[in-house]
Amino acid sequence: MFDFFTEFPDMSRRDLRDFKLAVDGAFRDFSRTNGEAIEAFFDPLLWFLIWLEKLLVATPWPVILIVVGGLAYLGSRSWKLALGSVLSFMLIGYFGMWEDTMSTIALISVATLLCILIGMPLGIWMAKSDRVQSVITPILDVMQTIPIFVYLLPVLMLLGIGKVPGLIAVCVYAMPPMVRLTNLGIRLVDSDVLEAANAFGANDKQKLFGVQIPLALPNIFAGINQTIMMALAMVVIASMIGVRGLGIPVLQAIQNQYLALGFMNGLAIVGLAIIFDRVSQKYGKRLQEHRGGHDHG
Amino acid sequence: MADAKIRIKNLYKIFGNKPDQVMHLVRQGVSKQELLDEHKHVLGLSDINIDIPAKRIHVIMGLSGSGKSTLIRHINRLIEPTDGKVIVDGDDVMEMSSNDLMHFRRFKASMVFQKFALLPHRTVAQNAAYGLTIQGVGEGEAVERSQRWLERVGLGGFEKHFPAQLSGGMQQRVGLARALATDAEILLMDEAFSALDPLIRNDMQGILLDLQKELHKTIVFITHDLDEALRIGDQISILRDGAVIQDGDPQDIIMRPADDYISDFIKDINRGRVIKVSTLMTKAARVSGPKFETTALLEDVLTTLNKSKTDSGAVVDGKGKVVGKITMKDAIQAMARPQRSETGTRYK
Ligand SMILES: Nc1ncnc2c1ncn2[C@@H]1O[C@H](COP(=O)(O)OP(=O)(O)OP(=O)(O)O)[C@@H](O)[C@H]1O
Ligand SMILES: [Mg+2]
Repeated sequence: MFDFFTEFPDMSRRDLRDFKLAVDGAFRDFSRTNGEAIEAFFDPLLWFLIWLEKLLVATPWPVILIVVGGLAYLGSRSWKLALGSVLSFMLIGYFGMWEDTMSTIALISVATLLCILIGMPLGIWMAKSDRVQSVITPILDVMQTIPIFVYLLPVLMLLGIGKVPGLIAVCVYAMPPMVRLTNLGIRLVDSDVLEAANAFGANDKQKLFGVQIPLALPNIFAGINQTIMMALAMVVIASMIGVRGLGIPVLQAIQNQYLALGFMNGLAIVGLAIIFDRVSQKYGKRLQEHRGGHDHG
Repeated sequence: MADAKIRIKNLYKIFGNKPDQVMHLVRQGVSKQELLDEHKHVLGLSDINIDIPAKRIHVIMGLSGSGKSTLIRHINRLIEPTDGKVIVDGDDVMEMSSNDLMHFRRFKASMVFQKFALLPHRTVAQNAAYGLTIQGVGEGEAVERSQRWLERVGLGGFEKHFPAQLSGGMQQRVGLARALATDAEILLMDEAFSALDPLIRNDMQGILLDLQKELHKTIVFITHDLDEALRIGDQISILRDGAVIQDGDPQDIIMRPADDYISDFIKDINRGRVIKVSTLMTKAARVSGPKFETTALLEDVLTTLNKSKTDSGAVVDGKGKVVGKITMKDAIQAMARPQRSETGTRYK
């Protein structure tokens, strides 16, 4: 009788084992029958990622430097930032991390693009309906808090080791801010302006593209910025399941206790993060310049 | 009125969770306060009946919370009524399909807002063209067509600015140009000038009156400012707690306020500068003394009569024909505020 209180009345060991076996078996069957179809579904994504990676690696390095400097300047309109970006890339190349960096950029770009393509419509949908919001918000919470290895497991069982599972892992972790900030941005759109659009007879599409998205853009940009940052944070983990890039040397460094190697590649990731962050933030700021800026001309 | 452009009929609006369930109470005449305290619903509008004539400026006036914004938003159905009709050119706006309503808002009625409500990411030119782009006119042509309205409100040269770079008065001119550019016959203006400084407000009233002389739109103009109402209104409806308590032309309201609330409203105005001779004259065919136009103001009558040391003057129409007589005694009496008890009985 006393036992009842000290030991939790759990299910019997045999039942538990049967339960686990049943779940595992069911999923294994599922992946056996559908694995190929699912893989085929993700093929275009894989091709795109491989194509971009090859393109970046094959492009002569001076061209990449010019493009990096040019994009940084266009985004931020700051010579300093453009110059700093180019110098960082030169350092990265000098220390022998050029190819890995190109792979990582390819991964981040595809992941960010995917997050925007899926996250933005989802955020817009959430903003339109409180019910949708109340369903999606907890899912986003789970996506951000569930230990990465736990959701990697089924993905790995389905697709095996490779780029696509890595990409999925990155996106699951990096997409929530995109969705959240799109939703928030649209919900915060000045209701007076939206009313004016209504009063002039704007339809849903005209309201969305003419008013809601443009006015939510600063928040949407903050979302893109955070998505990029979180994707970069996942680079090492992605390399554990077969994605090439700066994460691989970091893993090697951990296994073999190569201090210098670990730090160099870690710093390269940080460098990329800072460049992406500053440029996209400056760009977001420039977007709003004429909005609240200098009142009364 | 036979030529009413907009007819508001038995319009009710109750805010709350179950407006239909308290509707019968409102019909029985439950007060706004009681409805709120005991039934947790807000009485927005109660049995509104207004006929708004074509090509005139109809002012709706009332204090904060009296339901002005709620009322004007029913005309283009930005707010759905709890009960009642809004008939524009014979069609009930409340019965329109969503397509018809969209068409109505695009082509028939445009709106000017208290807080301007301009699109912050579009230039002045693009803002003025907004209504046209919504109609489906291409961006280039829309900007071109709205250009003349920008110039008409005195904003030529500011096309490339963004709204945040303009002063409040200039922003509202953009709002006005945006509303005019769609060529809608009806212009809905919700406290359009209330957010502006007195001097700028005065300018804007002038601009509106000038435009109206040319365009003859049907304008519904909301204000809480009596001076503004008297200056621009051809007709004034006064709202309190969601109900119309008086409806008439400006002279009517000043000479015969319906109740204490309105007497209170008008007590501080300068009667000499508002009351017109036509309001005070008695019919007569032959009168001696100085001559006054029917539109002459009481102030001028008093000075002129006083100077000429006569007791009365002749009132003449536009062609110079004598139509009536005005006496010093009537003029002086009109300067005093009317007592409600003498005059209010004519109104409900
Ligand atoms: N969406 C709403 N929900 C509940 N009550 C509302 C809503 N909109 C307006 N009301 C109430 O209806 C009444 C009339 O409001 P309305 O905004 O029409 O007044 P107003 O005359 O335009 O006042 P103001 O001069 O402040 O603009 C007020 O008591 C207000 O609190
Ligand atoms: Mg209002």
